[in-house]
Amino acid sequence: MKETVADAPRRTDPRTFAVRAVSMLSQLALPIVVGGFAILEDGELEDLILYFLPLILVVASANILIAYLRWLRLTYTVGESDIRVESGLLSREARSVPYERIQDVSLEQKLIPRLFGLVEVRFETGAGGGDDLALSYLPESEGERLRELVRIRREVAAPIAAREDASVPAESAKLLFAMSPKRVVTFGLFEFSLAVVAVVGGLAGQFDFLLPFEIWNWKAWREQLAGPEQWLAGLGFLAQVIGGVFIVGSLLVIGVVTGVVRTALREWNFRLERTDKGLRRRRGLLTRTDLVMPVHRVQALRIGTGFVRRLFGWHSLKLVSLAGDSGSANHEAVPFADMDEIAPVVAETGFALPAKTVGWRYAMPAYRIDNFLVGFALTLVTSAVALALGRFDVALLLVFIGGGWMALQEYLAWRWGRHAIDAEQLYTRRGWFAPDLAIASRGKLQSVEIVRNPLARMRGYADLRFGLAGGRLSIRGIPLVEARRIRDAVLDSMAEQDFSEIVEGQTVRA
Amino acid sequence: MDDADDLTQLDPAYKSMLRVQLAIAALVLLVAATIAEIAIPGWTGAVWIPALFVAAYALIRVPLRRYHATGFSLADERLRVVRGIFFRTDTVVPFGRVQHIDVGQGPLERAFGIATLTVHTAGTHNASVSLPGLRRDDATAMREKIRAAIRRDTR
Repeated sequence: MKETVADAPRRTDPRTFAVRAVSMLSQLALPIVVGGFAILEDGELEDLILYFLPLILVVASANILIAYLRWLRLTYTVGESDIRVESGLLSREARSVPYERIQDVSLEQKLIPRLFGLVEVRFETGAGGGDDLALSYLPESEGERLRELVRIRREVAAPIAAREDASVPAESAKLLFAMSPKRVVTFGLFEFSLAVVAVVGGLAGQFDFLLPFEIWNWKAWREQLAGPEQWLAGLGFLAQVIGGVFIVGSLLVIGVVTGVVRTALREWNFRLERTDKGLRRRRGLLTRTDLVMPVHRVQALRIGTGFVRRLFGWHSLKLVSLAGDSGSANHEAVPFADMDEIAPVVAETGFALPAKTVGWRYAMPAYRIDNFLVGFALTLVTSAVALALGRFDVALLLVFIGGGWMALQEYLAWRWGRHAIDAEQLYTRRGWFAPDLAIASRGKLQSVEIVRNPLARMRGYADLRFGLAGGRLSIRGIPLVEARRIRDAVLDSMAEQDFSEIVEGQTVRA
Repeated sequence: MDDADDLTQLDPAYKSMLRVQLAIAALVLLVAATIAEIAIPGWTGAVWIPALFVAAYALIRVPLRRYHATGFSLADERLRVVRGIFFRTDTVVPFGRVQHIDVGQGPLERAFGIATLTVHTAGTHNASVSLPGLRRDDATAMREKIRAAIRRDTR
């Protein structure tokens, strides 16, 4: 398709300014309420209107004025070889991003812009950090147009990449994975967050003046139970049990409900499609995001799970990529599915799940034993301190419970952690609580490092660390000879391709 | 590839530079020890003597150990850097993975005519690998060599 681009500087959508004003006011709402309360506390209503209201008006109108000037002074130009953005009120800043450096164009719609039909267009350059160029806000159609435009320009810049894309079946979109409302709710049940429960508990402690008694104050509880009044004890044992169950139960319900709501907001109507430009993911109820992950920029895969969901066979698939996904370098391709649903997506990324015949290897027991011994030595020091303070019981408890726990932990970590290497890929699995499998392409790594601390040198093991664009990958505590062997094998694979070929998806082999 | 074989040593001037660097640190340590010594009544030497030993060790042994612990090689189109006394690291970056290259000189390095070569990669781990203690000419020559390899690969 041929674009007739007027190469004149353009402004973002005028409604941007309305969106900014609305979101700013909603941000101001909380301080206003808090401030209002503070003034009301020791003042008259007239004082409030006299001093507080003008202040709000001045702050709000100053903000609106600045937002307007910003909008006025920000222009973007879609050039022949780059996108240029000029901005700045007092100090002008001109920024140019060449098309070849743009890894991804992502469109994001938060709630308020969505009401206006606007999107934030983000040009991801893979520079790392939040240094990407973003235009907020543009009309939806303009966002789509820019995304298409960048793709077309990029293809002109990298004809080989275009040829590779052309070999993909020309059908516009193939659905790879979607989540039904039922699946989203199931997912939400597993997203039960202890943190939320803790926060609610904490708030209950903060706002205890609203409650008839302090629920988190153990002494107060004991007083209620056994103190001079003993009113709760007077209610009888059954009533106490019911009360306890009620409190715990309501906290659990809060935890479950927030988990479901948060998940539904994020994952609603999740769709992952294979388009001829890569994997396209759309999700979200209020903030709808639309992201295209070019397949050849996927550096590695991570298949994760959780402690409980593992028992039901639920897993997640993340793509480690050069361009970030709102802060995290991992793109969630499949958040919650069984392995049969994940396998086709993995195949689509050009990676493969480890074959049944792949030779899994374990860390050296010496590594785990040393880890345990170091931890245990620290425990012994602590318990010696406890002993010196005359707490024989604490010292004994530390040695037995602490030592036993550490031994179990190290054993399980050794038992569950493993790694393997085959002709194309490198696999590492770690963690027993929620095992996490990483699949990396040998040729797409950036550097290899062997690290040995004094203990490792004495005992003959080493850590292998790989430079991975957008993620971390390491194999710990393997025999030095094996570490060298893996390093040499990986380096040979790396030598076959240059970095630019990895990024541009040019599969030219030496 | 083994730990010791075919690695190039750094420029000997690196030892002298390290010594000057450590001498500054040792001076600070000795001043602090002297103050502590004055604060403690009577010239016991309980602080001063250990501090003196630490300073002597830092000046005599540390530069030598660091110098001998560090080595590099450019064989096979790969930059290999081995360093560290306590934690030994052995890092390899193929030229084809280098994003950009810096040659830096601090004021002390300039006085001794040496430079630090830093290569940057796209990886999160080892985002930059630096090699100190190269003769300035060597550092620039290495930079040119790596850059030429990159340009040839990317056409």
